[in-house]
Order: sequence, then structure tokens, then C-alpha cells
Amino acid sequence: MTPHDTFDRSLLERRRFLALGGALAGSLGLAGAVPVWARSGTSGIRHASNASGVLSGNSIALQIGESHFATGGRSGHAVTVNGTLPAPLLRLREGQTVRIAVTNHLKVQSSIHWHGLLVPFQMDGVPGVSFPGIDPGETFVYEFPLTHSGTFWYHSHSGMQEAEGLFGPIVIDPADADPIACDREHVLVLSDWSPIHPHEQMRRLKMQGGYFNRQRQTLSGLLAGKDQSLADRLAWAQMRMDATDISDVTGSTYSFLINGHGQAENWTGLFRPGEKVRLRVINASSMTNFNFRVPGLPLTVVAADGNPVQPVETDEVQIAIAETYDFIVEPGTAESYGVIAEAIDRSGQVRATLAQRPGLIAETPRLRARPVLTMRDMGMDMSGMEMGEDGAIDLSKPAETSMSGHSMSMRDPSVAPGVKMGPGVATLSPMPVDRLADRPTGLEAVDHRVLTYADLRARKTNPDPRVPSRQVDVHLTANMERYMWSMDGKAMSENPDPIPFRLGERVRVNLVNDTMMPHPIHLHGHFFELVSGEPGHRARKHTVNVLPGGKVSFDLTADAEGDWAFHCHMLLHMHAGMMRVVTVRREGQG
Amino acid sequence: MVRRFAIPAALMLVASPLAGQDHAGMDHGQMDHSGHVMPESPMSPGSGDEPGDAPPPPVPTDFPGMRFFPAERMTAARAAMVKEMDFNTFALQVDRLEYRAGKGGDGFGWEGQAWYGGDIDRIVVASEGEGTFGERAERIELSAYWRHALDPWFNLQLGVRQDFRPDPQRSYALVGIEGLAPYWFEIGGQLLVSDKGDLHARGKAGYQQRITQSLVLEPEAEVDFAFQDVPELAVGAGFERIELGARLRYERNRSLAPYLGVNWERKLGETARLARASGEGASGVSAVFGIRAMF
Repeated sequence: MTPHDTFDRSLLERRRFLALGGALAGSLGLAGAVPVWARSGTSGIRHASNASGVLSGNSIALQIGESHFATGGRSGHAVTVNGTLPAPLLRLREGQTVRIAVTNHLKVQSSIHWHGLLVPFQMDGVPGVSFPGIDPGETFVYEFPLTHSGTFWYHSHSGMQEAEGLFGPIVIDPADADPIACDREHVLVLSDWSPIHPHEQMRRLKMQGGYFNRQRQTLSGLLAGKDQSLADRLAWAQMRMDATDISDVTGSTYSFLINGHGQAENWTGLFRPGEKVRLRVINASSMTNFNFRVPGLPLTVVAADGNPVQPVETDEVQIAIAETYDFIVEPGTAESYGVIAEAIDRSGQVRATLAQRPGLIAETPRLRARPVLTMRDMGMDMSGMEMGEDGAIDLSKPAETSMSGHSMSMRDPSVAPGVKMGPGVATLSPMPVDRLADRPTGLEAVDHRVLTYADLRARKTNPDPRVPSRQVDVHLTANMERYMWSMDGKAMSENPDPIPFRLGERVRVNLVNDTMMPHPIHLHGHFFELVSGEPGHRARKHTVNVLPGGKVSFDLTADAEGDWAFHCHMLLHMHAGMMRVVTVRREGQG
Repeated sequence: MVRRFAIPAALMLVASPLAGQDHAGMDHGQMDHSGHVMPESPMSPGSGDEPGDAPPPPVPTDFPGMRFFPAERMTAARAAMVKEMDFNTFALQVDRLEYRAGKGGDGFGWEGQAWYGGDIDRIVVASEGEGTFGERAERIELSAYWRHALDPWFNLQLGVRQDFRPDPQRSYALVGIEGLAPYWFEIGGQLLVSDKGDLHARGKAGYQQRITQSLVLEPEAEVDFAFQDVPELAVGAGFERIELGARLRYERNRSLAPYLGVNWERKLGETARLARASGEGASGVSAVFGIRAMF
């Protein structure tokens, strides 16, 4: 019996099971290592048509259409695949070649991008970059070999359909035995859902940059001794910078979902005590970075962005948009454990439940206090600065010039010669520091272990040991008040030059975040190694979250000929212009 | 009697909002950074991991997608993507639409704008005015201008303003600056030249003080200045008029926020004397309530 037969059979069993126990809220793992991707009759998908949860085999058909979606009292229009949100799980096997026929039933163009899969560029699914897009009524057949395994996902790269629900998980099983042993697997797709169309979100943000932020600093907060001191508030106000600008679109309009289930719908995954449970977690949000934790259970990180890492135990992981992490958890004798995905601005969270039986609802921790940004998030290295009492920085005094005399201006063009200055560039980080070893925004002071990128070491030796022959700087630039986002001061709508690479060359890319917000930067068609720790086993990723005011370097082997998208995965940031085309050409061609 | 002020004073008035705009940070570094790229990668553990300095390849001019798909479809798709990301939008912002209760009779006031455009360039239609119920409106202004972003914080305004009240109607050419000053002050200044050749200036300032997430106190000031006497409009050279207001709004919903406040308006200098001479009051204070809206 082939593995595919197994999957098909398990699918049948699952269907039968759902038919028998259709009222159960949750998904149930069947016996053995057979993973399950299931949704039940929650209000979240009540209006969507019934569809199978898992698609396997060499030939797959996906139907993009319109649906209605409701969760937690909010409802609205959705764009879905085969009628469900999230889209069906594609469970495939390394080594197979898959044909996926995607039919667009919308009135507008659509597309599907296979996020993290290394495919020929013309199959990558970015309209205007890799292919023409899928017109209304058209069927486009993607066909590509699966050359690697892991947890990935797929989503639309058209309009902002991803924010309307067009995303789903992909699991590629290794051709050989999976080195990550477990007794049971659950796929958890994290997402944010708003009844406000993403174009309308964008319009409101253009009217007022803080439109959705309901956690700003206030006078009553000052009187109550909350947040920044008066001196710090004045210093930040002088620079017209908002220390509470953590997320653009927030829980004031978003419901946060795990596998399409809001808090009340309580997605449930089953376990038996003593089992090793693998959680494949995908952040498919359009605008929300999540803090992920399972209170009471350590998380052993075993893969990041689909690539196995040397197991590292932690208690909480900030999963940036578009990243995937695989964790092993070993539930004990407790009947249930809460799986918590908390928006990093703490404007909301969602709890799912790992339970010994359906119907249990795990405890939900209280939302923690909204983080307040610091000087480090402005790209000011603290080491050269005069520190006042209680660690506050006295902005009225000049910085020590120990840092090789760098200007402390927040907009000194000489620190970023490649950036086109203009209304869209409000600030430039004067002294960006490498933040790969920093705890991410809002988790700096939590009293348990938090994963940093520096903790990640690849399980396998990095495939290309060469030292990069050159480096290129890319600045992530913005003006939050005008809601403008760009790279090197130029928005994609200005049709800037692509970032060129030679086929096969090894290049270090330095991402400098000149904004006060983290940006999950995604490169299509490649994995890159984060420049952290000794070379050889550096973490290989397709998306890296560049912390505010900080810097990330990655080494890239440009081994995939063609044109590729390179962008911030905050959907509105990409749409506003924080994107480039990356070209990979043979020497002397093009 | 017609007096004239020097034009440079007018320019200074308009330019003053610009004065603060480059104080974005603490410009302490006096050293030359030109050519200094960025700090070396601090995570390079020792030698042997430093990238070389090979030149980048040329920017290619081909479009590989055309090898697989019809060229015209690829070209159209690229154009569509770029166009879609060039986000142009319409907005209607009513800063105030209010009922005014005062000693001299109850009245009304409004101020708002509608705009269409992108981040850098917008067409704006703005209006403000006031009046007393049962009388002809005191002031009805309608302006239309091109708003162009000059830097991260400030915009240029170039356009026209038509005053339907007071009588006689006047048409003005308008040049102005608006923006966000350090400490989050919203400020603006306009110079106006009428079709009769008289020159005026207007300055505005406002501030949003959040008391709680939903309760916002907004003090505002508006000052008009004439560079010469305009007898037809009963305006004397110098400061014409000042308006100070403070409005406390409840912004649970950003689109529609009700407010309460107080508005004080006073004619100044020669303009005030002319008003008194014609039997009008030179100042008035009113309690206001209204709505602020954003669509």
C-alpha cells in the first residue's frame, strides 16, 4: 500500500467519523501517526460548503470562490479555496511531481503562491512577476516537482485576497523516514480575520496612521503611572514617534483564528498522555505577528520554515507572519492544555485546546500588557548613550561619540546612501544593531524562555559553505503617519529597478529596519541562512522578521534562475510598496 | 486709509511652520559619513566570514515570464500590479459640524474636507463657515487645492478659495503649508491674494490630547491677518480675527465621534473697531456640540 493510499483511506475514515460525530467541535487525531486536518461544524465555517479537509496525490483541483465567513459575532465576505477557510491541507510527498489545477471562480483575477516551496519561477504564482495570474473563469495548471519536505503554506498573491481567507497549509512528507519522530501531528494555521475589506483597512490607515490602534498612550495613563514617563513621552513626541505603534491593524477589527476557529469555537486537537505530539504551526495572518505558547508545556522547536533544526526547548515563540514552526510537545496527564496565539500588540488572542477528549475547554491566560517601544527599536544603540536614572535616555544630551561618531539624527541620509529620501522616509536608524539574538518585540521581559533566531541551528550542514562574494544593503523604510511603506525609500508602485543576482553567486543581504515596526521579509524561490553564530549550521529560512530599528543579515545562494518576489509579508506593507523583484540570471544574460 | 505691510513678513508667517520640521532628531553628529555604508556585520564570528566586494551584476532588461507566457499578458500583469499598488483613494473628513449656543443667538459652524489622491499628491476640496440661525451666514468659504507632500511631515497647498460670505464675494488664489510639527502639533499657514489684489494670511494650530482611548480633547486656534485695509469687507490691516476652541470628543468609533466644547471668537484691531462702529459685537463665546466624522 502506498503512502497515498494510506492518506486516502484516512480521509475516508475521517469523513465517516465526521458524519457520525458531526456535532463535535474539534478535530480528532486517528490512531497511529496519521496526521489529521479537520474542521467541524463551527459557526466559523457554517456558511461555507462542505469540503474535504485533506488533498493528496499527483493531481489536485482547487476552486477559488467566494464564501461567507463568520466568527465571534463578526461576519463578512470571504475568498476561499474549495469553500473552506483555511483552504484544504495539501499533504504531499517529497520526490513526487504534483499537478494542481486552480480554477478561479471570482470576478477578479486570482493566483496561488506556494509559500516556501522551491518551484520553477514560472510556477511560483506571483502575477506580474512569475506568471500572468489566473483570470476569472480560467484554470491554471501548476506542475512542479517536490524537492524537499516540511511544513509550508499557500496563499493568493493577488489583490489582498489572502486577508480575505485565501490561505491553506502544505505538508510535504520526506521521501525517507521522517527524522522528526512523533506519535501524532496537528496542523495549526494562525490567522486574523476582519469583516473590513483590506482595501478599506488601507484607506482608513491612509486617513489616520493610528486608526486601528486603541492602545495608545493617554493622559489618564500618565497620571496612573503607566507606560512612558513624561520625559520620555515628550522626547518621543518631539520626534513625532509613537511608542505604542506595535501593529497597524489590530484586535479592534480582527478576530484571531486557529484553523479558522475563533476563541468561542475552540479548535481542539486530541492527544493521549505521554505521546509526542508534533504541532505544525503556520502564521497565515495578513497583519498579525503572534506570540505562541502552550502554558504548562515546553515547546521543542524541531523545524523552522520547513527546515529541520537542532531541537531546542523553549516556552514561547513569536511567529512572524508567513513563518512556520514545527514543535514537539509532550502533554502529561492534564486533561487539556491551552494553545495560545496572542497578537504581539496584545489587542487580542485566540485559544485552542489540546485535549484528551472532545468538549474540553482549556484555560485562557489574561492578555499581557501592551509593549512600549524603546530606543533600541529606533535603531539607537544604547551602549554609546548617556543613560539617566531608571534607564531613561536623556535626549537633550549629545550621545558619546564612542560609536565611531555616528550621527544620532533620526533622519541622517548619510547612514543610508542607497535610500531615496522623501516624504515616505520618516526616519533612518542611526545605529542599527544586529537583533537576531534579541527577544522579539513585547517578549523582552517575560519570565520564561523565549526563542530567538540565534537559538536556531540547522539540523543538516548548510549546503553552500562559500563566503559571500559581495553584500547588498536593503533598507526597510516607512512613514507611519502617512502610511507609506517602501524599500530603500522607493515603493513598488514606482516600478524600481529589481535587485539583481548572478545565477549561483553567494551574496550577503543586509536588511536594515528604519521603521519602528517588525517586518517579516520573505524571499520567494530560495532559502537563505541567517548570519548568526558559526557558519555551517546556520538556520535556513524563507522569511525573517527584522526587529524595529534593527538589522538582519542573511547569506543567499542565488540558485534559482528567474524573477522572484521579495517583500514584507505584512500584506498592507507589501501592497503599499515594501516589495522588490529579485532577478537571478546567468552571467552575461539578460 | 489703506495701509500695507511688507511682503517678507507674510512669507515669514507662512514659512514658520517649516521651521520645526527638520528637528526630527538630535543632530549631534558633525562628522562626514559620506561613503560610510553601514556598520560591519557584528555577528560575523571572526575572520573568514566577511563578504567580498565583488561588483553587483547589471540590472537585467529581460522578462523571463515571457518565455513561458504570452508577452502581452505578462506586460499587462506587471502593469496591473504596479498600478494596484499605487493606492489612490477618496476620503471625507468632517472635522466639525456643530451647533453653537451663544448670547448673540444660536448658530452653527462647520469645517471639513474631501480629498482624492495618493500619498504625495491629492486634490482637496475644503470648506469652513459659520453663521447665526435666522440671519445670513457670516462666513462661507470653499477652497480647492492641490496638496503635495514636501517631506515626511509637511504638505504644500496650491489652489483657490471662494468666499460666498461675507458680501461682497471674493475669490482668492491660495498657497499654504500644512503639517505635523514636533510634539504632534497640527499646524498650517496660508497666504491668500484676492481678485481685487488684497493680501491675507491665515494660521492654524491644533492638538489632539488623548485623555483615554476614547476621550480626546482638541484645542484649536485660527488667526486671520490682513496686509491692508479692505473697506468693502470691513477689514482693517493687521490681525483681523482670532478663533479659539476646545472640543472634547468621544471617539469610541473613529468614523463618527460626538463632541462638546467651547468656541470663542474675537475680531481684532481695526477690524474690531469697524465692527463695533457698525453696531456688531466684536467677540462672542459659544457652547458647541456636534460631530466629527471620517468616511
